[in-house]
Amino acid sequence: MSSDVHAHAHAHDSADAHAGTRSGQLIGFGASVVLTAIPFLLVMTGSLDKQATALIIMAFAAVQVVVHMVFFLHMNTKAEGGWTMMALIFTIIMVVIALSGSLWVMHHLTTNMMPVHEMGQTP
Amino acid sequence: MFDTANLTKLIFGRLTLESLPLHEPIIIGTFAMVALGGAALFGALTYFRLWGYLWKEWFTTVDHKRIGIMYMVLGIVMLLRGFADALMMRLQQAIAFNGSEGYLNSHHYDQVFTAHGVIMIFFVAMPLVTGLMNYVVPLQIGARDVSFPFLNNFSFWMTTAGAVLVMCSLFVGEFARTGWLAYPPLSNISYSPDVGVDYYIWALQVAGVGTLLSGVNLICTIVKMRAPGMTMMKMPVFTWTSLCTNVLIVASFPVLTAVLALLSLDRYVGTNFFTNDFGGDPMMYVNLIWIWGHPEVYILILPAFGIFSEVTSTFSGKRLFGYTSMVYATVVITILSYLVWLHHFFTMGSGASVNSFFGITTMIISIPTGAKMFNWLFTMYRGRIRFELPMMWTVAFMLTFVIGGMTGVLLAVPPADFVLHNSLFLVAHFHNVIIGGVLFGLFAGIAYWFPKAFGFKLDVFWGKMSFWFWTVGFYFAFMPLYVLGLMGVTRRLRTFDDPSLQIWFVIAGIGAVMILLGIASFLIQIAVSILRREQLADVTGDPWDARTLEWATSSPPPAYNFAFTPVVHDNDAWWDMKRRGYARPLAGFKAIHMPSNTGTGVILAGLSTTMAFGLIWYMWWMAAGSFVALLAVAIGHTFNYHRSFHIPADEVVSVERARTELLAAGAKS
Amino acid sequence: MTVAMGTLKAGEPVFYVVDEHEHPEGSSTMLGFWIYLMSDCLIFAILFAVYGVLGAKYAAGPAPKDLFDLSLVAVNTAFLLLSSLTYGFAMLSMQQNRLKAMQAWLVVTGLFGLAFLGIELTEFAHMIHEGATPQRSAFLSSFFTLVGTHGLHVTFGLIWLVTLMVQVKRFGLIEANRRRLVCLSMFWHFLDVIWIGVFTFVYLMGMLR
Repeated sequence: MSSDVHAHAHAHDSADAHAGTRSGQLIGFGASVVLTAIPFLLVMTGSLDKQATALIIMAFAAVQVVVHMVFFLHMNTKAEGGWTMMALIFTIIMVVIALSGSLWVMHHLTTNMMPVHEMGQTP
Repeated sequence: MFDTANLTKLIFGRLTLESLPLHEPIIIGTFAMVALGGAALFGALTYFRLWGYLWKEWFTTVDHKRIGIMYMVLGIVMLLRGFADALMMRLQQAIAFNGSEGYLNSHHYDQVFTAHGVIMIFFVAMPLVTGLMNYVVPLQIGARDVSFPFLNNFSFWMTTAGAVLVMCSLFVGEFARTGWLAYPPLSNISYSPDVGVDYYIWALQVAGVGTLLSGVNLICTIVKMRAPGMTMMKMPVFTWTSLCTNVLIVASFPVLTAVLALLSLDRYVGTNFFTNDFGGDPMMYVNLIWIWGHPEVYILILPAFGIFSEVTSTFSGKRLFGYTSMVYATVVITILSYLVWLHHFFTMGSGASVNSFFGITTMIISIPTGAKMFNWLFTMYRGRIRFELPMMWTVAFMLTFVIGGMTGVLLAVPPADFVLHNSLFLVAHFHNVIIGGVLFGLFAGIAYWFPKAFGFKLDVFWGKMSFWFWTVGFYFAFMPLYVLGLMGVTRRLRTFDDPSLQIWFVIAGIGAVMILLGIASFLIQIAVSILRREQLADVTGDPWDARTLEWATSSPPPAYNFAFTPVVHDNDAWWDMKRRGYARPLAGFKAIHMPSNTGTGVILAGLSTTMAFGLIWYMWWMAAGSFVALLAVAIGHTFNYHRSFHIPADEVVSVERARTELLAAGAKS
Repeated sequence: MTVAMGTLKAGEPVFYVVDEHEHPEGSSTMLGFWIYLMSDCLIFAILFAVYGVLGAKYAAGPAPKDLFDLSLVAVNTAFLLLSSLTYGFAMLSMQQNRLKAMQAWLVVTGLFGLAFLGIELTEFAHMIHEGATPQRSAFLSSFFTLVGTHGLHVTFGLIWLVTLMVQVKRFGLIEANRRRLVCLSMFWHFLDVIWIGVFTFVYLMGMLR
């Protein structure tokens, strides 16, 4: 096998892996539509109480992110020897640390340092 | 339609003749010296007709080795600037007693300490570390180049563009007067209305692009381009630490980019992220910038740990003790470095629960670091230690870094930190770990790999001079600061009231002068080594009887690094090859596919510089024009399909034959 | 490479690859681009963190309830989702080497992207017209920055899309262009993932406050 053919086949493989299948795309799209529509409806109609709605839409967002990762970004544990998945997991950890850490730290700062009348400002 | 004043404003923004620091004799003097030196250099390059050579062989190169060397040159040049700032501060603090104002006014002094910090971290330590990684990693893993050679060139020039902007601020306008992290509200437009903070922001943003891309590049290189047989757990430790460093770069520099972008929005657009009004929160900036800032410390120190590991095992003639634990310690430090950022601002007032969490994580991080220390000690134990220059730096590091580490653990205790926060104790602590850790590591690395890069060793006498001046000078310069810090002296002070403190500042000043001699000796060492290159020459390519793959090829390595890609069977691949009777291939060479040089990186970085300059001075036409040009050049580059060429087999044959002859001649003599 | 992979012929260790294949050009591109996306993801994480901390600091100014029009956001979300689907179809056409179909799908994707940007800009203009400018409060600063940064990414995606369509028209579906189309596909879908975060945490959660 000449190197050119080898290169071609190699790149072709990965390009194909990134295209997925028509049914995959449609399933992903259908799932996203449902997962988007329900949170919008819940909030727009206000049929549930706020806390329940908040929990549900966050759960739906999490599921939808996974759907997009699988059906559109074609994430799996095998691509690139597992390194893309590794990078993703690492990034998720970093995102969680930075997000929750900042919120935690700044929340404690506000409760400790801000005068009371400032806190009542939020409507 | 415009009158002249408006027209001038449109063209030059807020740049006026008054922006030039004509009233500051010190800066004028510096400018005169730099201008003279620059003119002399320019003249010499023109006289010897070196411009074409520099452009074709260096500026546009995509060879990771040459880019690595250019990073090192950049780092050393900026070290001189950063150290000049340090010397000025030491002198000011040594004389500003008994009502004396010293010789620097506060406007100038505040710029000096800001520039010192920014330059030393971003434009000395970072380029030197990146330069070594760039040079060594592809050789260590048996690759011909990095994954994205063009990006590598572009990254280097973006880093240089950032350095150019900082240097520019010295003579056109001014630099930030905020301290090296530019905390708001001081860095907001209402308290710093002039260009200083804008220079700071754009210099870091431009250089940050380069750093981030080089991080992506090196990760891909290490993941994808290792020689066959080199599994993850067979990688040399320096490659491992480089991998972790670059992971940290990719995971933390976006945070810096984002937070500086928000600060610039506050300054340019008038948003309220870090202001005191309209719900803004300056402490959010402090929180965010340290999410970047703490990993940054480990970005610098991890490669140094890698260097010490290579040096210790080479000069002890032993396999590294506890390779696996070394790797795991590195990985654990990588993750933990993300969980300690709040220890930089315990005093903010987040309360006991938050402070104790971050205090404990900080103390935990000293465990893997301590494990590494023991690994090096056990590697040396019962080894045949050769005290060559790299090994001397390593021993000095072990002694010095342990002191710095212990003061670090002291600072990790929140109640103690409330006393020591922002004191000279802190200043002494981080200089102790950065000089004693990063800088000593870089000097060890330079002494270790210099013969690989240039084919001759560094002069030992001047190397020892540099070593002793640096080491002793360091202790003289920073131990007094620990004392002063414990007495409650805070950082960044320009004048002092208590005359009993003066003696300590004088001692610290003497230390700084000794370090100056150390730097001078280092430069002399390089000059002397170049002059004595015949005597110091090494033809074997393996002057230290070393263990990893970079020593398997010639010094300096050919453009293609390895005529045949090596196959790895052992952690210490080259040691294994030597021991099991590896015979250099002498025939059967093939043409080698290599990337071509390109000037696009220089052009893109140049346009970034003019764009930043336009933004800093409100010359909007310049910023917009540069941005459009930037896009056009970047898009145009994607239409260039002449990106690689083949080194013909004949050329490989002749290069390899020359090496064969050299080796034979070396063996005879 | 298999020839040299350490097969010890009669006990002789092999120390170099004799029969070497060239590294296929761009074999690291996909991984490199993915790592870049991860770093971009962290930029958004910081913007989300800022929104999380400052998003309730209205400074006695307008709150989400006074500003957001959810039906508009729903339409916008639909456009972006559809553009993801059409880009997916473009990739399928590329896989089948149907160049014209691919270009057509790319045009559709671009139009959806433009429509998304148009609606977003209308929304911004409307808010600014009502005095809800980025300068008004920390909430609005972080809102405009987070949503605007996403919009800026979409803008760059569109410039890139046009560039690639010109590339494909001039040079066809060569290997380099396939690779670039895959990268843009990852970029485009990634922006969609970020948008899930935006509509959930900024718009929907904002309306719940």
